[in-house]
Amino acid sequence: MNLSKDLMAASSTPLVLGIIAEGETYGYEIVKRVEQLSGGALNWTDGMLYPLLHRLEQQGVLESRWRVASDTGRKRKYYAITELGRRTLQEQQQQWQLINAALNRIWHDMTLNPQRSDDNGCQPA
Amino acid sequence: MVANPLNSQVVDTESKVNEWRAHLMRHAALNEHDIDELESHLRDQMEALQEQGLRDDEAFLIAARRVGDLDDVTREYAEVHSGRLWQNLVFGGSSDSLKQRNLFTALVFAVCAAIAIKLPALFGMHFDAEGADWFYARNITLFSLPFLALYFVLDRQLERAGWGFVASVAVAAAILINGYASFASTTTMTLAMIHLPIIIWFMVGIVYSGDWWRSHAKRMDFLRFSGEFVIYYVLIAIGGGVLTAFTLGMFSFIGIDIEWAVQSWIIPCGAMGAVVISGWLVEGKQGAIENMAPVLARVFTPMFTLMLSSFLVTMLVTGRGFDIQREVLIGLDLMLVVVLGLVLYAVSSRDPSKPVSLFDKLQLVLVVTALLVDVLALGAIAGRIFDMGVTANRVAALGENLILLVSLSGYAYHYSTFIKGKAGFTNLERWQTNYIPVYVAWALLVVIAFPLIF
Repeated sequence: MNLSKDLMAASSTPLVLGIIAEGETYGYEIVKRVEQLSGGALNWTDGMLYPLLHRLEQQGVLESRWRVASDTGRKRKYYAITELGRRTLQEQQQQWQLINAALNRIWHDMTLNPQRSDDNGCQPA
Repeated sequence: MVANPLNSQVVDTESKVNEWRAHLMRHAALNEHDIDELESHLRDQMEALQEQGLRDDEAFLIAARRVGDLDDVTREYAEVHSGRLWQNLVFGGSSDSLKQRNLFTALVFAVCAAIAIKLPALFGMHFDAEGADWFYARNITLFSLPFLALYFVLDRQLERAGWGFVASVAVAAAILINGYASFASTTTMTLAMIHLPIIIWFMVGIVYSGDWWRSHAKRMDFLRFSGEFVIYYVLIAIGGGVLTAFTLGMFSFIGIDIEWAVQSWIIPCGAMGAVVISGWLVEGKQGAIENMAPVLARVFTPMFTLMLSSFLVTMLVTGRGFDIQREVLIGLDLMLVVVLGLVLYAVSSRDPSKPVSLFDKLQLVLVVTALLVDVLALGAIAGRIFDMGVTANRVAALGENLILLVSLSGYAYHYSTFIKGKAGFTNLERWQTNYIPVYVAWALLVVIAFPLIF
């Protein structure tokens, strides 16, 4: 399934923040984790992740440092979440849960009475 | 001609990675660290693919494909790191022929500006004619800045909308300010003269942005441009002054007096043409000069902070705060404008992803002191209006101080949340760029409405 661009853009920030909140990590791991979390459905253009990370860093929700990775011996840029980042994540979480709950309710209603959409009814059941 | 065919593949991928890197290097929006970061990603991906049994070259192809189209990716970087792009060279990938064409366009517009200031002389308005000083003083920005704007219209390919916009703003401003001259008082005309450049400069900004002032990144670019422009213009003016002095001296040695030519041709035409040339220089970064604005901001921020706070303390201690005389008030307001300029420089030249530093705290101190001085000035002006009635000058001063008050409060608030780690630096930048139209709206009000009201 192909997700719409807008949806990808909107969901990328909370996803990335959430993943980094699990612990300091770097770009490649984030991409792998997103793939894993979405069962492969969320397929980002990998290069686009980095400008997003830099923007979040500019907004003060992330901080970064270069460190030599123990597994490869190469230098990598690691990102960690800041205090401000945790608060932002919490806010976003609440917002998404709100939307999620609303969507679930309307879909639940739709499966209960599928004709509802015809008799111009938009009142809640 | 590969000597060892078995070894060729290794060399091949390595050189391919280097090529890939080199392609990214060409884009000014990415610095070396960004490219290292992307390369690290590419190599991680390649290793994972090789572990799945892919050949090196296949792994490279797929990994590179997954990183994405490099042009798209770099465009995204440019959005995020607009300041960096600006610092290197605007519009990466421009060829030499394009630069030459730009130079040619800039020269043509510089000549146009130089001719424009001599045109009124054709209609009898010579520099020494009666009322000429007023005429040239109120029109000075209209001779040069529209041509700088037109240069950007061409460069940004704004086509007919751009030409129409610049022409109509310039013509409207010319009609308005010269029409008012016949009936408006000297005071309101002086106010209009001071405020008109702000409006015309904003017009330059609108075409400079290339997207009609829509994106935050372009607005920040324009602020950076403005700071550097002033510095370049001053440098050129000093150079021009030295050159003229020598020319005068050399000719007087051989007994020829060319002072008339210098006064009525070289200085005015040179000053107008230099506006366009400075704009082009800043834009193309032809000179090897590093960005000066951040350096100046760093040097002068501590000094201004010290000066303002000692002034404030003296005023409060001696109790002279509420009895400020007219001249002091004008001086104070001018200083506040300079301080605002300094803050603008400092904010727009700062790398937003850098953590809080001592300099940011110093900036906050400067802003807060300026805010206090502004409150003091406001009190004095309100007192004068209350005691001596309403005049154009007092209302203008009152409005300006109120606008500064809001502006500085915003800076103070955003600086303190940034320093406390409650918000990123971008909020501060946004406050700055979003507030610019307020200055322009006020300038419009002073230029258009004041001569009619007072």
